[in-house]
Parts: sequence; structure tokens; C-alpha cells
Amino acid sequence: MTADVTLDVEGVADPSRTGPALEVTDLQVEFRTRAGLAHAVNGVTFHVDAGETLAILGESGCGKSVTAQAVMGILDSPPGFVTGGQIRYRGKDLLKMSEQQRRAVRANQIAMIFQDALSALNPVFTVGFQLAELFRKHRGMSRAEGRKRAVELLDLVRIPAARQRVRDFPHQFSGGMRQRVMIAMALALDPEVLIADEPTTALDVTVQAQIMSLLAELQRERQMGLILITHDMGVVADVADRISVMYAGRMVEQAPVHEVYARPSHPYTKALLESVPRLDQKGRQLSVIQGLPPTLTAIPPGCAFNPRCRYAREECRQPPVPPLYEVADRHASACHFWQEVRQDD
Amino acid sequence: MGRYVIRRLLQFVPTVLGAMFVLHYLTSVAIQFTGNPVRAIFGDRTPPQSVLENLTRRLGLGDPCLEQPFNPCFSLFGKRLDAIFLHLDFGTDFNERAVTDIVAGALPHTARLTLIAILFELVVGIIVGVLAGLRNGGFWDYLVKVSTVLLIAVPVLVLGLLVRDFVNVKFGNVLRGVDGMPELISRGFFAPTWSSNHPWASLLMPGLVLGALSLATVARLTRASLLENVRADYVRTARAKGLASNRVVGVHTLRNSLIPVVTFLGTDLGALMGGAVVTEGIFSVPGIGRQVFAAIFTGETTVVIGIVTMLVLVYLIASLAVDMLYAVLDPRIRYD
Ligand SMILES: Nc1ncnc2c1ncn2[C@@H]1O[C@H](COP(=O)(O)OP(=O)(O)O)[C@@H](O)[C@H]1O
Ligand SMILES: [Mg+2]
Repeated sequence: MTADVTLDVEGVADPSRTGPALEVTDLQVEFRTRAGLAHAVNGVTFHVDAGETLAILGESGCGKSVTAQAVMGILDSPPGFVTGGQIRYRGKDLLKMSEQQRRAVRANQIAMIFQDALSALNPVFTVGFQLAELFRKHRGMSRAEGRKRAVELLDLVRIPAARQRVRDFPHQFSGGMRQRVMIAMALALDPEVLIADEPTTALDVTVQAQIMSLLAELQRERQMGLILITHDMGVVADVADRISVMYAGRMVEQAPVHEVYARPSHPYTKALLESVPRLDQKGRQLSVIQGLPPTLTAIPPGCAFNPRCRYAREECRQPPVPPLYEVADRHASACHFWQEVRQDD
Repeated sequence: MGRYVIRRLLQFVPTVLGAMFVLHYLTSVAIQFTGNPVRAIFGDRTPPQSVLENLTRRLGLGDPCLEQPFNPCFSLFGKRLDAIFLHLDFGTDFNERAVTDIVAGALPHTARLTLIAILFELVVGIIVGVLAGLRNGGFWDYLVKVSTVLLIAVPVLVLGLLVRDFVNVKFGNVLRGVDGMPELISRGFFAPTWSSNHPWASLLMPGLVLGALSLATVARLTRASLLENVRADYVRTARAKGLASNRVVGVHTLRNSLIPVVTFLGTDLGALMGGAVVTEGIFSVPGIGRQVFAAIFTGETTVVIGIVTMLVLVYLIASLAVDMLYAVLDPRIRYD
């Protein structure tokens, strides 16, 4: 695997906040449903350091949310089961912890922001209650103290008139404000790792940019490791340090962000890039990736992308699944023909 | 909210008047076909014509329209409205006992009975429903599904008679034969009929019978709604917040799951009041239901109309209260 490079960031408030915070190794998740066994995650490996942003990219249905839920320990189980791998937070394997120990990690050390804040916030409680709850249950604060902290949090995410708005219910906020509440909730206990699962997908384009910059700013300030899950290549360029591209429950390419844009080394990544409108290539024909991602109950043998791949040959249709080849420094691709893909432009 | 309440209260007017008119018309037609009910007071004896006419007029049944089949008797209806709404005079029974006194004597029994039924159906129904929902597909869930279907399928009348004859009479007789058995149990809880010595204890069994049917519905509703909600995104958020599962279920899931239960409660009030009439009949509880029953048999139309009008009002107010409760449970509901 690629070596971990500790980022040399100025003004790190907490000296412990350096180095790999979360390391996921060979994670496997399956769903045992009536329709059959769905292999949603098939050996995902990634890590995120404190103060760093890792983007996990992939079409919808490729297992991004399931990976995030497995890390948080909030899979719907049954039908979902983690069947292999390790999830290490600061070296400790979360999968070996008791439920109680794991619960203490949630929100305290690893927190999560969900895609659709309207459905992710409880409709029948005020946002103040839902924020204060964290301080009351994890920090043993009183209702009044919790309420005070809730106001501070709403201020932090720049919701105007925070003092009044803590008394409002989620449906009384606009989409962007609601996502700010979600962010406030995730940041409440000052976690070291933040997983944002498509945090802007449900929002208007103008609001998307505001939310992304707020998130990036808070991440820098607090030296958090941010895992930004998205299916939108356009979102990641400005904020991510590294990118992991996911397909059918596997990582197919991992690299620093500029590397991915400059020299994509997996046909799927390449196809994703070609489907993004770019200002410098105005008028260029946008291509869409042909075909659909595989159903997870019947993933094709060999490389899962082979039925849609223009580089595919006989070798790609046979097991084993291509391993992650190291194609350059800190850059890996799971394609047998990565050299060809890199040369081709 | 305030304006909504006022609008609802205004809507009561046509509802109450409509209900009263239907009652008035039905009872009038009954008299038009079966003849003056006042005669029954004299039993086998034939009273002198003048005495009968005098009494009939005093009881408000002297209007000649009551001898013409299908005449709606509008003037009589007007007099009734005038008496009830302008003079708060609900009339009397044939013994000239005020209907308001009859209600005042009977209402506490019915109120207690209904209260027991509602508490029983809500507390037990919700607990059973939650347990079944949490053990979805397990034995307990299956047991709840089957037993609630049985309860829903059995009419209150049949259930009441079965419980009375087998539990209160047969099993109760056994208990009453046991030495040292506390009276409260043998002659209270298991009393064959309502007993004035144990006004609460002997109401428990009728209350359970009355609430049983709705309990089954509450349990099923809670179960279904909990199952729907445990997969909701906000429940996942609650878990991601590192809350204990008791709190995730008991606070975040349950509160949302109870919304349909409250909606059901609104419509259930009517069913409970209807069921109370039957249950009171079976267990001889001297409540409102018994009084209405008796009044129908003797043709005391004033009593029937007076009591049922009050019941309609009670029902309307209670369902308005349930709607308010609904708004408290679900802040997305805005009445305006
Ligand atoms: N609760 C569930 N029950 C059954 N299958 C699920 C469930 N959640 C996810 N899956 C399966 O996992 C696959 C990946 O889902 P997900 O991680 O949500 O995709 P995405 O990359 O769009 O976030 C889905 O296509 C589905 O087959
Ligand atoms: Mg997703």
C-alpha cells in the first residue's frame, strides 16, 4: 500500500491530532435479503489522517453509504452484516469493541452527516432538543446547559438568530439551514473524524457551495479527518486531498486529488471525469458511462467494471479480481491495463 | 390554533342539530306507529281519558302530529330546541325526574368505565405493540398478531357474555368458595355484575372487556408504525449520535410511532361510547348506556334525546381534544 504522509499543517491545536485517525482495511459487508445475498462492500481499504480530506467517489449504489454506516456501526442489521476486515480508530479495532464501547466512539470521535437533513432530523423534536441531547447524554449536562451549547453550535454554523431558532422544528428551516443544523450536530462533541455522506446532494447549487466551504473551513479549524462521500466529481476538486474511487463495493483507484485529474489510471475514473462538465473544455461532448452498475447479488467475475469498459479483454472477465497496482507514488489502480489507460489521453 | 378551535366549535352546531333531528324524527315515527307511550305507565289499567291526556301534555307528547305517520313534527322539534338550548331544560322521564339528574347519577359510572378501557387499551396496547415490533417475526410477534386478530374478530357482546359467564360467574364462584379470599377480589374484581360495594373494582372487568377490541387495534397500529419508523433516517441519526438503544426506541422512534395511534383514538372514542352501552348492559352497570336502553324500551323519547345529545357533545369535545393532542405530538401539523 501507499505510505502515509503526515501532513505538515500549521496551527494544529491538538498535537495528538496528527497521523492516521481512521484506517479501514479489507472491509466486507453483505446484505442477507430474500432476493439473495447482496455483496455491498467487498474488501474496501482506505484511511484518513487528522486534518485531511478523503473523497470517496462512485456512482450511486456502489456501497458508499453502506461503508460509512459500517464504520459508524449503524448498519440495519439484519439484513446487513460486516463479514470481514478491520475498522481501526487510532489503532483500536472498532469491530472488536463491545456495543457500549462503540457507542462511546460515535459522535465523540467519529461523527456523521447525512445526505437528506429533512429526513435525518427527527421531525417531532426541536433542533435545540436534538443538539442538547448530545451534551446531556454524553457529557451529563443539564437541559439548560445543553440548550446553551446548542445555541453556540447554531452560531458556529452561522445560523442567524440562533437563540430563537433552537426552539424551531426541522421543517421550519430551509434546506441549507437544515444541513447546517446537521453539521452542527455532527460537530457537537468535537469528533476527530467526520464522515459526510453526500452532504450537498439534496441542495440547490448555490447553497451547495456555501455548505461545502463551511464544511471545509470547520474541518481545517478543528483538524478533523474528513471523509467526503459523493458521486459528484465536481464537488471534490476544491476540497479533497485524496480521492478513492469506488465501484461495486471495491476501491478501484486511490490517489492524491491532482493525480486523479492529471492522470486517471482506471477506466472507470476516466469515464467519471469525462462525464463532468469542465470550464476549460467548453463545447466538448460530455460522455456518459454506458450501461448500469452491476446488481450486487450478481457481480460479474473478474473486474466488476468489465462489461462497461472499453479496455476490457478476456483477462478482465476471469477471476481473480484485479489487485490495487501501485502505479505511481501514493497512486494505486485496480486495472490490469493501467499503463494503457494512463498513456491514452 | 385559537381560530381553528373556534371554527371547530362552530362546526359542532350543525352536527349537534343534525343528530338531534335524526333522533327526534326516529322517536316521533316510533310513537306515530306504536301509539302514545304514556299509556304504558298505567300497565293493565285503563286510565280515565282526561288523566291520560293531562299527563301526556305535561310530558310534552300532546302534539297531534304524533298521531300522523311520518310527520316530522317540526314544531315539536322547535320546542325541544327552545327548552334545551334557551332554558337548559332537558326534560324529564315519565316519573318527572329531570334528565339532567338521571345523567348526573349515571355519568360517573360510564366515565369510569371508559377511562378504564382507554387506559387499558393505551398502556397495554402500546407496550404489546412495541414488544411485537421490536421482535418482528419472532414468536412473541406471532402471538400478538394471532391474538389481536382473534380479539378484533369477536364482537364486544360475545366477548362480554363469555367473560361474564366463564370468568366472573364460574371462576368467581370458585373464588367466592375459597376461605380467606379478600372480598375486593372475589366480590369486587370477579363480581358477576357491577356491585355498589366495590364501585371501582367491579368496573375493572367490564372496562377490560370494553377496551379489549381497541387494544388489539392499538397494538397492531403501534407495531406497524414502529416497524415503519425503526428504519427511518432520523432513527439512524439517533444511533449515529451514540444514544443508548433504549433512548433511540423509547424517545426517537416511539414518539413518531404514536402519531397514528392518537389519530385512531379520535375515532375510537365513538366506538367506545357505543361499546359502553353494550358492556353496561351485560354487567348491569348503572351507567348512561343502561339509562338509554331503558328509555328506549319505555318510549321515553325526551330521555333518549336528552342523553344522546349530551353524548354527542361529549364525543365532539373529546375528539377536538384528541386533535389538539395530535398537534402536540406532531409539530408539522398546523391548524389554521
Ligand atoms: N438496508 C438495506 N437492505 C438491503 N440492501 C441494502 C440496504 N442498504 C444498502 N443495500 C444495498 O447496498 C447497495 C449499496 O448501497 P449504498 O451504500 O447506499 O449505495 P451508495 O453508494 O449510493 O451510497 C445497494 O445497492 C443495496 O443493494
Ligand atoms: Mg448513498
